[in-house]
Amino acid sequence: MDTLNLLLDGFASALTLENLMYASIGVLLGTFVGVLPGIGPAMALALLLPVTYGLDATQSLIMFAGLYYGGMYGGSTTSILLNTPGESASVMTAIEGNKMARKGRAAQALATAAVGSFIAGTIGTLLVAFFTPGIARWAVEIGAPSYFAIMLLAMVLVSSVLGASKLRGFIGLAIGLTIGLIGLDASTAQARLTGGLLELADGIDIVVVAVGVFAIGEALWTAAHLRRRPLDVIPVGQPFMGREDWGRSWAPWLRGTALGFPFGALPAGGAETPTFLSYITERRLARRHGRDDEFGEGAIEGVAGPEAANNASAAGMFVPLLALGLPVTATASILLAAMQKYGIVPGPTLMTDQPELIWTLLASLLIGNTLLLVINLPLAPMWAKLLRIPRPQLYAGILFFACLGAYSVGQSSFDLAVLLAFGGLGFAIRRFGIPVLPLILGVILGPLMEVKMREALDLSDGEVSGLFDEPLAIFVYVLVVLALVLPPVIARARRPAHPTHHKQEVP
Amino acid sequence: MSRPDGETQAEQVDRAQYGLAAVLALVGLYTIIDARGLNVGFGDPIGPRVFPYVIGSLMVVLAVLLAVATARGDLPQAEEGEDVDLTSPPDWLTVAKLVAILVLNLLLVNLLGWAVTGGLLFAGCAWALGSRTLLRDLVVGVVLAVGSWYFFYVGLGVPLAPGVLDGIL
Repeated sequence: MDTLNLLLDGFASALTLENLMYASIGVLLGTFVGVLPGIGPAMALALLLPVTYGLDATQSLIMFAGLYYGGMYGGSTTSILLNTPGESASVMTAIEGNKMARKGRAAQALATAAVGSFIAGTIGTLLVAFFTPGIARWAVEIGAPSYFAIMLLAMVLVSSVLGASKLRGFIGLAIGLTIGLIGLDASTAQARLTGGLLELADGIDIVVVAVGVFAIGEALWTAAHLRRRPLDVIPVGQPFMGREDWGRSWAPWLRGTALGFPFGALPAGGAETPTFLSYITERRLARRHGRDDEFGEGAIEGVAGPEAANNASAAGMFVPLLALGLPVTATASILLAAMQKYGIVPGPTLMTDQPELIWTLLASLLIGNTLLLVINLPLAPMWAKLLRIPRPQLYAGILFFACLGAYSVGQSSFDLAVLLAFGGLGFAIRRFGIPVLPLILGVILGPLMEVKMREALDLSDGEVSGLFDEPLAIFVYVLVVLALVLPPVIARARRPAHPTHHKQEVP
Repeated sequence: MSRPDGETQAEQVDRAQYGLAAVLALVGLYTIIDARGLNVGFGDPIGPRVFPYVIGSLMVVLAVLLAVATARGDLPQAEEGEDVDLTSPPDWLTVAKLVAILVLNLLLVNLLGWAVTGGLLFAGCAWALGSRTLLRDLVVGVVLAVGSWYFFYVGLGVPLAPGVLDGIL
């Protein structure tokens, strides 16, 4: 099997002592930052991006793989041990996980989350390894018009599926696209939206945008609304699971994986939908066995399923990222930005241009996932202590590292001013409920999309028909229209029958 | 997911959203005006103008839609988080202090060097956020700043500006 050989080659280069060290550092740092309240995986990656500057491409991607899974795992620890989830993907974990912790079963909740994450992450990464080459081979054939259409589809889906308000989703997208315009036009080298500032001619470094929007924005937003009462953190001992816990967990792990992976691979907003579906599924199944009275009171299935779904979708995200160069989550966007730093061109040729790098990355994801289980499970009580960190120092630290990261990019105080401006933007979008994912996606995909659009239209000599002259492109445009038109129609048809159907499921 | 707002009557209007709509409309218009100043070369059927035109127009349309939605009583759902308590009114004083400290940092960093301003940044932010252990924060801040300076210098080979500590570090 070709894929297997390539993956083994990847392992060979990932398993050197040095690379294993980078993977371990990545896992530990990722978990450390992920556990800290207020920091999700995307912000963790953005903050840690500068740490990888001195490394070569392979090593830094290895480290990123560790950071990524570490950050995800850290997030679930936070949501189990604190009574408020930090991000939408852990809402479902928090419902049952926190109840379990309150009943003195924190150790089991953490264990089922960790093992479930490991299993889902491993299966998911293997699926990525086996699916992606095929898709990439097919994707190389995709012409500029179709690629443009696919990017448009991803943007429309991400803007309209996520969040409560489509309008705000598209506003986020438009803001991101505008930011992406700043700098020199790629083919004529004319400055756009720079306001005459030379510093802006190279465009704005994505690290500065991401750190500003995620870290500074979050810190300022939290500062404005800082909870004055400390949250109660539930103490935890060594994670373990009894026989019964294993028996009740394995099936939800697998079902969660099956739900999470395909959703992660689609540009439909990452882990939010599959974790929700997984929770509902486990609840229905428990009801069928007459055991659903435990749901809402700390059922282990309600932690095992969503946690697996969360991690499987985190792995699924690599399919479009590696096969098409298309990020579909905020975290993937930052990974892509990290790759761009090393001169790696995102797009369908990623897999053929950089096979060694990609296979090493995939092998490192599997290694990082295993390290996570081996290193982190015993360390859980220590991680839990992090949740008690005093908030003033925590957010001061976030601001410190955000400034450090932005300053280290080009050592200019101008970057710090831009960082602050994006911090203001980050604050505003939180205030006005504008989702951050379409914004980041717009920044990353906008310039790429313009290149493809001009490529397509150059071929047709400026005729708009140039955007439609591939069957695939037309098919994708049909999907775009359906994505825009169908949901409101369905919602209208449904509304009279189930007035509050959706809300009942979430206590 | 479920956000229990005290006021379910959609009578109130979030006036700040009009401000947002106005800013977005201005940004959109500026994008379009800025693009008009670009030259389109020969043999370039599309040129650098089209994409900004599309984005600028989209922005203006969205701004109008937002203003209309606001007038109809559409309220934003502010973001929640572990340490966020949306029931109390926003604490603008803390935010202003933080922004002032960040501005001070960016003005002084090239003069004094990261190892100095970084430490002050940390201690200052902690103070603004309500910490009353100023001395300890200063010590932690200096350790973080000097440590990160050496980490970048030795570990990553990136020498950050040493500022007044040139020759000492």
